Amino acid sequence: MSFVRFALRRVAEMAATLLTASFVVFAAMYLAPGNPASFLLAGRSASPEALAAINAQYHLDDPFLVRYFRWLGDILQGDFGRSITYRTDVSRLLADRLPTTLTLIVMSLVVVVAVGLFLGRIAAVRGGATDSAILVTTTLAVGTPSFVAAVLLQGLFAVNLGWFPSSGAGDGGLGDLLWHLTLPSIALALYLIGMLARVTRSAMLEALDSEHVTVARSRGVPERQVIRRHVFRNSLSTVLTTGGLIVSTLLVCTILVETAFSIGGIGQLLELSTTTKDFPTVQAISLIIVALFMIVNLVVDLLLPLVDPRLTLGSRSAAV
Amino acid sequence: MTAVLTRRPGLSRIRAAGSPLHLVCLALVAVVVLAALFAPWLVPHDPNAVDLGNALAAPSAAHPFGVDAAGRDTLSRLLLGARTSLLGPLGVVAFSTAAGIAVGTAAAWRGGWIDSVLSRSTELVFAFPGMLLAILIISVYGEGLLAPVIALAVAYLPYVSRLTRSLVLAERARPYVSAYQVQGHSALQICLRHILPNIAPVVLAQSTINFGYALMDLAGLSFLGLGVPALTPDWGRMVFDGQTAIQHGYPLSAILPCAFIVLTVVAFNVVGERWADRVARRDR
Repeated sequence: MSFVRFALRRVAEMAATLLTASFVVFAAMYLAPGNPASFLLAGRSASPEALAAINAQYHLDDPFLVRYFRWLGDILQGDFGRSITYRTDVSRLLADRLPTTLTLIVMSLVVVVAVGLFLGRIAAVRGGATDSAILVTTTLAVGTPSFVAAVLLQGLFAVNLGWFPSSGAGDGGLGDLLWHLTLPSIALALYLIGMLARVTRSAMLEALDSEHVTVARSRGVPERQVIRRHVFRNSLSTVLTTGGLIVSTLLVCTILVETAFSIGGIGQLLELSTTTKDFPTVQAISLIIVALFMIVNLVVDLLLPLVDPRLTLGSRSAAV
Repeated sequence: MTAVLTRRPGLSRIRAAGSPLHLVCLALVAVVVLAALFAPWLVPHDPNAVDLGNALAAPSAAHPFGVDAAGRDTLSRLLLGARTSLLGPLGVVAFSTAAGIAVGTAAAWRGGWIDSVLSRSTELVFAFPGMLLAILIISVYGEGLLAPVIALAVAYLPYVSRLTRSLVLAERARPYVSAYQVQGHSALQICLRHILPNIAPVVLAQSTINFGYALMDLAGLSFLGLGVPALTPDWGRMVFDGQTAIQHGYPLSAILPCAFIVLTVVAFNVVGERWADRVARRDR
């Protein structure tokens, strides 16, 4: 199977899953007790005109499937409906907040990759006390939910020591934004650093055991080069398969971390709109999170054969 | 055996080396479970008794762990919080294990459309993180413990059923199953009386690991104020309440629930990993 055909098939599969996910998100509204109009108003008193407006806006008189496809068509054109609480277009709310969240996630991702790979690598290469120390640290890290990390880091570095701001996302400037997002990105990264360090460590230990490493050593290849070119390089494909999981965890945990640090991103917006039952906003953010995750997974799947030529297209484990 | 557990990777050394660590974790699990069971008889104070005059007081004889920003006794809230904090994950694990085994066994035994529905839905749920599904359901049904527990159970179900499916497929190829079939035992009887006991340890080890994940997810939801009702003591909720205490420079009422969450999750992970490891060694 050529790469292009493989890529096309994966894109088609992704589109199918995304379609199902959108159906779940849309149909969830109909699980609510009572009729959709009263649910969308969520107990707010409504004049008959407002009720008629809601009925017209959501086309509540049409059959279910017609409504679903109309909703989907609107979304594909960038129209996510209107927020009930904020009384503006959901797409505008998202456009304001998405950059903050994406900055936070990218910062966190950089920390996770840098620290996680580094710890996993020295744990595998050095062994002994270093390994044990890293193992204990990562055991604690994978047991620490991001909101616990957020509250503790906030208490120590923002309130007690005052090194970092304790909440908010700054006032516009990029430097200020990064400054405000430092603690949140570390809180978000902690659990994943533990996970990635472990995956890297075990993948590298596996590679260290293989024959080509022994051969390289016996031929007198310098140890640094053996580790870099024959061990680390070989473990990369295993590490890359966790990419989808890492990004989906970041996307979900950002809800907690943004709430803990009162950062106005889409995570906090999701929390706020869930408490206020602002369903169109919840729908939109859920869809965006799922779509982002699936896009990352697709990119990982397409990158894998490039990183590790031993992989056959579409398989996720080395065909050795 | 082709079954692969979804677990935290790289714990093998700690499991092999750590007899003491494993014992400590086992003891921790026991202590937390006992605290949850006997909490109503152990608590020194009413967990919801507000005493604003005494807010954020340091630990004393009457309040060994101090009080929170509303003057509520931290120890009492921790003990009673253990109940909700463990009951939720227990519900998630019980439901996802029972349903997961049923679906996985049916998919492996019958194949056909059940099997393809399972693999399709697995893909969907992998794209839909448990917490997100729970938030979606909560936004429809409102806050409470039941809705998030069901949502998380549904999200965890494919992990269990995928594992069960591969285990049952492996068992089915073994001679004893054909022997029973030849003797005319019904498929249901073979599955329930012979296959299920054989695969149970592996599935339960996976469920123990899932317990830790579920605890983290549910505590996160309570932290957001979307899980348990506001007055019910819960560790995740206590971390949220503790944030104000931290701002005032009295971190104790936030640090303690944080520590309890982390220690409990770590304890369940280590115990589950070790169990999974022992089962894997027995099978080899």
